[in-house]
Amino acid sequence: MTKQIRQLDRVVIRFAGDSGDGMQLTGDRFTSETAQLGNDISTLPNFPAEIRAPAGTLPGVSSFQVHFADYDILTPGDAPNVLVAMNPAALKANLADLPRGADIIVNTDEFTKRNLAKVGYQVSPLDDDSLAGYVLHPVALTSMTVGALAAHDVSKKDAERSKNMFALGLLSWMYSRPYESTLRFLERKFAARPELVAANVAAFRAGWNFGETTEDFAVRYEVKPAKMKPGTYRNITGNAALSLGLVAAGVRSGLPVFLGAYPITPASDILHELSKHKRFGVITMQAEDEIAAVGAALGASYGGSLGVTTTSGPGVALKSETISLAVALELPLVIVDVQRAGPSTGMPTKTEQADLNMALYGRHGEAPVAVIAPRSPSDCFFAALEAARIALTYRTPVILLSDNYVANGSEPWLLPDVESLPDLRVEFTTEPNGEDGTTFLPYLRDPETLARPWAIPGTAGLEHRIGGLEKADKTGDISYDPANHDFMVRTRAARIETIPVPDIEVEDPDGDARVLVLGWGSTYGPIGAACRGLRQRGLSIAQAHLRHLAPMPANLAEVLRSYDRVVIPEMNLGQLAHVIRARYLVDAISYNQVRGLPFTATELETTLEEVLKNV
Amino acid sequence: MSEPVALKLTAKDFKSDQEVRWCPGCGDYAILAAIQQFMPELNIPRERTVFVSGIGCSSRFPYYMNTYGMHSIHGRAPAIATGLSVSRPDLSVWVVTGDGDALSIGGNHLIHALRRNVNLKILLFNNRIYGLTKGQYSPTSEVGKVTKSTPAGSADAPFNPLSLALGAEASFVGRTIDSDRKHLQSVLRAAAEHQGSAFVEIYQNCNIFNDGAFDQLKDPTTRDDYLIRLEHGQPITFGAEGQFCVVHPPGGFGLEVRETSSVRPEEVVVHDTTVADPAYAFALSRLPGLDLRNTPIGVFRSVDRPSYDSVVQSQLAAAKAKVTETPEQQLAGLLASGDTWTII
Repeated sequence: MTKQIRQLDRVVIRFAGDSGDGMQLTGDRFTSETAQLGNDISTLPNFPAEIRAPAGTLPGVSSFQVHFADYDILTPGDAPNVLVAMNPAALKANLADLPRGADIIVNTDEFTKRNLAKVGYQVSPLDDDSLAGYVLHPVALTSMTVGALAAHDVSKKDAERSKNMFALGLLSWMYSRPYESTLRFLERKFAARPELVAANVAAFRAGWNFGETTEDFAVRYEVKPAKMKPGTYRNITGNAALSLGLVAAGVRSGLPVFLGAYPITPASDILHELSKHKRFGVITMQAEDEIAAVGAALGASYGGSLGVTTTSGPGVALKSETISLAVALELPLVIVDVQRAGPSTGMPTKTEQADLNMALYGRHGEAPVAVIAPRSPSDCFFAALEAARIALTYRTPVILLSDNYVANGSEPWLLPDVESLPDLRVEFTTEPNGEDGTTFLPYLRDPETLARPWAIPGTAGLEHRIGGLEKADKTGDISYDPANHDFMVRTRAARIETIPVPDIEVEDPDGDARVLVLGWGSTYGPIGAACRGLRQRGLSIAQAHLRHLAPMPANLAEVLRSYDRVVIPEMNLGQLAHVIRARYLVDAISYNQVRGLPFTATELETTLEEVLKNV
Repeated sequence: MSEPVALKLTAKDFKSDQEVRWCPGCGDYAILAAIQQFMPELNIPRERTVFVSGIGCSSRFPYYMNTYGMHSIHGRAPAIATGLSVSRPDLSVWVVTGDGDALSIGGNHLIHALRRNVNLKILLFNNRIYGLTKGQYSPTSEVGKVTKSTPAGSADAPFNPLSLALGAEASFVGRTIDSDRKHLQSVLRAAAEHQGSAFVEIYQNCNIFNDGAFDQLKDPTTRDDYLIRLEHGQPITFGAEGQFCVVHPPGGFGLEVRETSSVRPEEVVVHDTTVADPAYAFALSRLPGLDLRNTPIGVFRSVDRPSYDSVVQSQLAAAKAKVTETPEQQLAGLLASGDTWTII
């Protein structure tokens, strides 16, 4: 039969199933196919902390959402247009997010009495009229996959496990995706077991062909490529981009990168990625604990490496004492906090921005550090370079606040030209700096940067001792002198406060906005999408987003004062708002959610509209 | 490498310009002097020597050595030194720590440094008391110890530092005493020559809060009967007249002290630092009684095992050996790896 082809400008698909169903991989492959086609993309994985929660239960549901469009998009989408539900649990867990009229593709083979009972369905939702408001596509995914693989030399179990490729094939047909990259991927993934390559490819093709022949899918969709800047792109997650940024920082500084890390969700992927790049001279050490991880990184920095430690909130708490030592030693150190929902273990696979207070203040004594936050997955690359730049130039710890949303989300990334990346070369001190020409003063500062010399072990004539005890200005000798301590505390504060950071830019295309939305970190996408929505409806609103949280941009005070109201949406209880109110005496409106999920653009749009009405 | 040039350094070269601020009479002075006198022997340039310490009286040590040094935070010196050592294999990295620093707050880092066999020389000054915080019991204080924090006597069983180190798979373990400079230097010499972690416990007298803790081992009238001076390849006999010896009784797990006259000469254990099974050195570490009788000093164990540093560096070297591009070219290739697409 001839299928109708309909053009769409954007689609949101959510793949949902049991954590063993391979939904992350399916979503990842669909994303890659979509990237090849040239759509703009934003993705959001959502998975449980349990590796294999009991099969078929609600806690075991894992999902992957992909938003793609023929224009530039900022978020993974609020509500899916299509839900692929591999079992009753996946349907039940995700149904509330679907707008009426959405397509639902269900794997009917899993809608057994037992599986339905597990999630509390008395009657199958496929049999009553509870799904009447949706376009339901019942597909016997498992049995059709097993049938398609009957002639293949694989076990029944392996055949059943290929059902995600059937689903991928069907969706790839439905949205006219190019699938060569998936075939190549399967060949790589199962290189050691050719029979599995054949089975998975056959399952994929069976799904594709099913779409083409069944009458249930009468329409096929196309989403044209987005207008994107010319260049070479790849799809990248925040954790991958951050890892590459650290490798790039090593290359651009000419220093070896040393990563000390202890496994923790959602930061472990950075350790995994960096451990692959030994050819760049990157050393990764999986330490015995979070404290050793940062200690080893600091020891490596002392020896002339770019010391880095990566963790999440609980790990930063453990590292706090060592970060304070790094403040006192005035050595470069990059601390990456991929934030997750806390306190304590909290919800380790869910996102939150509630470590800002800890990053700014969570140390003993007056222990200021620089703090920066990336705004999107690909921005993690540049944020890592910026963190390294500040750490190396100003000899200070820098905390980089990523979060689970940008870390695991993905988007297309226009690959930068390596030569255009910042030059991070540093010069170690090799000569005495005292007036007599023979003395070395480890705390004699550069008048411009206030940075102290970095004289690494192995440098003859500059042997010196540093430590956590208060140091006399210039000489670095132990000092209990009251005036010296006061001076050193103020100098350490000034050292951070005077780091030049770029001015904050305001996006106000209408030029007459009276309300400013100020955000930081991963809320950039949802805030931006909400502002677009308002502007499309003729309302004026300005958006500004903080990348540098310590120090803050010099023009921020002026920007804040230029608007009648300032709204600060955060995935915490108002931590940035607190700082803004205290520092700038601005009566900012704090809008907060701590649900472990990113803001949706719709809810922000509604909230901001309320503010606009009341200005 | 070519034959190293004799640097002709002296003890004076290793003295920093800082005023030494331990209590008068502290055993740390003797250790400092012994080490400053010993360092020139290694013929390592001062700039390639680094002392890293934690917190405590002993941890002030780096300030007094005219080398590179870091006085860090409580218990963390082995972790910090690990990062330094593994990233800078050209350095000679020494950790100076105490019984509280290494065995209480930093216990985890100590055992993991030893397990990894990081190329560190770890000197644990054991005075069996917290000195810098003014006299609380430590993890090596004896049960029942009355201190400021244990007025009714300590209820904790102490660690035996050498047993702990051996349990953590330490490849080199030794013990010496602050007051015996010659012996101290002989153990340091062996430690310095060892590739990998060398763990040396130094009995050190705190004359303010735990004075006389090791007097039986120092008093000329008792020391010969209390101390077992271990020497590789020699039968283990001790006592002023050689009247005691160490045997491995049949059927037993450990070692025992007997009167030499009561056993056949071939029954006396001949000390061997290279025994692969740590059970032997562990048995030696269990010989002393509560009264410090039968305390072995010297090198207990010294076995070859690849150091963490060397394994990490060889992995780096293997990965780098395949590289033909400049770092910038490599980086461009890395950024463009995976599925890419081009928009014209």
